[in-house]
Amino acid sequence: MSKRILVLGIGNILWADEGFGVRCVEALHAGWSFPDNVTLMDGGTQGLYLLPYVQEADCLLVFDAVDYGDAPGALRQVTGDQVPRFMGAKKMSLHQTGFQEVLMAAELTGKLPAELVLLGVQAEELEDYGGSLRASVKAQMVPALNLALDWLERWGVEGRVRSDEAEAITDRALAIDVYEGQRPSADEACRLGDARFLTMAAA
Amino acid sequence: MAAYETQGFKLDNSGKRVVVDPVCRIEGHLRVEVNLDANNVIRNAVSTGTMWRGLEVILKGRDPRDAWAFTERICGVCTGTHALTSVRAVEDALAIQIPENANTIRNLMQLNLYIHDHLVHFYHLHALDWVDVVSALKADPKATSTLAQSISSWPLSSPGYFRDIQNRLKKFVESGQLGPFMNGYWGSPAYKLPPEANLMAVAHYLEALDFQKEIVKVHTIFGGKNPHPNWLVGGVPCAINLEGTGAVGAINMERLNLVKSIIDRCTEFVEQVYIPDLLAIGSFYKGWLYGGGLSSKNLLSYGDIPQIANDYSAGNLLLPRGAIINGKLDEIHPVDLKDPEQIQEFVAHSWYKYPDETKGLHPFDGVTEPSFVLGPNTKGTKTNIKELDEGAKYSWIKAPRWRGHAMEVGCLPRMVLGYLQPKQYPEIHALVDGALKKLDVPVTALFSTLGRTAARGLETAYCVKLQSQQFDKLMTNLKAGDLNTANIAKWEPATWPKEAMGAGFTEAPRGALGHWIKIKDTKIDNYQCVVPTTWNGGPRDHKGQIGAFEASLMDTPVAKADEPLEILRTLHSFDPCLACSTHVMSPDGQEMTSVKVR
Repeated sequence: MSKRILVLGIGNILWADEGFGVRCVEALHAGWSFPDNVTLMDGGTQGLYLLPYVQEADCLLVFDAVDYGDAPGALRQVTGDQVPRFMGAKKMSLHQTGFQEVLMAAELTGKLPAELVLLGVQAEELEDYGGSLRASVKAQMVPALNLALDWLERWGVEGRVRSDEAEAITDRALAIDVYEGQRPSADEACRLGDARFLTMAAA
Repeated sequence: MAAYETQGFKLDNSGKRVVVDPVCRIEGHLRVEVNLDANNVIRNAVSTGTMWRGLEVILKGRDPRDAWAFTERICGVCTGTHALTSVRAVEDALAIQIPENANTIRNLMQLNLYIHDHLVHFYHLHALDWVDVVSALKADPKATSTLAQSISSWPLSSPGYFRDIQNRLKKFVESGQLGPFMNGYWGSPAYKLPPEANLMAVAHYLEALDFQKEIVKVHTIFGGKNPHPNWLVGGVPCAINLEGTGAVGAINMERLNLVKSIIDRCTEFVEQVYIPDLLAIGSFYKGWLYGGGLSSKNLLSYGDIPQIANDYSAGNLLLPRGAIINGKLDEIHPVDLKDPEQIQEFVAHSWYKYPDETKGLHPFDGVTEPSFVLGPNTKGTKTNIKELDEGAKYSWIKAPRWRGHAMEVGCLPRMVLGYLQPKQYPEIHALVDGALKKLDVPVTALFSTLGRTAARGLETAYCVKLQSQQFDKLMTNLKAGDLNTANIAKWEPATWPKEAMGAGFTEAPRGALGHWIKIKDTKIDNYQCVVPTTWNGGPRDHKGQIGAFEASLMDTPVAKADEPLEILRTLHSFDPCLACSTHVMSPDGQEMTSVKVR
């Protein structure tokens, strides 16, 4: 039986480079079609809701924005045990459940995918609510997609370049062109340097 | 801040300051500062946070029919409830009537969300405030089995089963960085359960982890796309064809049977695992009756789950609507989201500017003009605040008030409102009454942290009943030949008036949620959300009245100042939403909460 493969884009598209993962999986889906054993999914920030899909996969490839302290736009490939997973007990809210914890939960339940790959890009800008990917991050989409296609090939599947238009993986209103195109101007909408989103975290 | 009295609490910030600050990236930032007196009792509490106040700005000028898709992305946990509130706001503005089936299916999805949210909250966030995971290693599996069998007929209860769980747990605790339960305050004297109860709870933590994924399949079936369900202004985006076959396309009998089996399994798990655990754990903490805060005085619920489509009046809502003020439990006030005198937001202690900050503004007239100025007694700088000055502006959350009163929202207000109206809500009354009798505590015990936690469990038990009832209602209607799921008569913007405004509400699992929309020339002109954690976590107002979080921490003794388990326990009991939905992966398991004693 062929391996069950899950390609997951993680992140919040409303927070600039946080959208990298979702945008990658959206682009992969728009450009290529795959056999039935491959699932492409916009995971958003769904946390534990993603657990069943992760548990069912033999191979998991995740696109996400990462913070490894690299230069903005740096692309990282992390595999196997190196993919971070943990569960913190002192969270203030359930809403701090990150993807790391989904992986931890999969392991706790004895259903961690045998193969794990994280393709992550170091974010340049996160604090721009309603904004889209910065150029340095957007430029890494193509290299990231190529890496993903290589991994899929290693797992025995080949993507076929689409000749037709695919049904969008995200809601059409959120597709990157519409999302970017309909954004109100900075004058209309006070946003960059908006003091409301200044972090108060202790430096 | 000089010492002063408000709402029956005596505030005094002269003692030692403790800052609990979850290090959470960007938008979701809830921070609490308290002052302890010489006996480590909390005498002043300050809650501050940032909320996603930028949403109105993102939505301006977009198609109102798309608003739900954006609001769904605000937060990974509140996904469905924001979407539902959004479509209701648009339907209210455009006077769109939805079909009966659409209403029932929305109810099923909302109830399903409640069950999932409450269950995951209890086992995977809140339980660890009461259950000492490390102590479970010392449990005797045989005694654990006896305990489990004495409280429930749930079949997974043999000594061998608990021994296996204990071995798995041991492996994780010993494996260092993979330890799932790192960062806990294990061994704190605030934990009261015997090792066997701890082991039983850990076993159910794992079972719930596995079961929760089954619950949400209902959303996938009715909402289509995974894991972000589709929503539709005018109804639900799923066609129904009872005669159809296969899993793709319209919803058929096979899919509906799957929904039914999930509903039945939810009922089993809640009745045989969640409720017995809740009562067992609760019985060891009966003496810990702190954390009530505003709950014995001011409670608010918008209500939800309309039995009949398009009737949003209180009498038609299966989750109660109403307001209680000044502790007068025999007087339930009607609530109207569109009455400019009722819901108002104040900014005297929030980092926004109003022309007159002694006056509140209704969300339809909401103004969001930032004014990030620190008070003279602040310690630190704008980018590194060490200690807030609560005498001045100190939060990005506005202070919402109902007719001028600070209110608590959430499961406890809903269950209290139901309990007080036994004629309309006999099932809620019976559930609450049963739990009080079982624990042998008076009604006033509800007004506490533990009461809030119990209310959440009892509400889950109520929701599984409602879920079954709503499913039967759907089937009856479908079998009678009504397969309609959407009203698209007003889908085209050409059919809309030039200007329209409306309000949509739900009860999110964590409390009253409202969206207010103004539509002009077929586009969104203004969009405002007041979310549950704004109500509960908001700062003081111009009169110095404190909000629900702040009130709930007052007068609580803390066993160890540098391990404020009691603070987390009470805040967790509200199920706070931080809209904390960034998922940047970092290599280390950074500690989520830092504690500084000053």
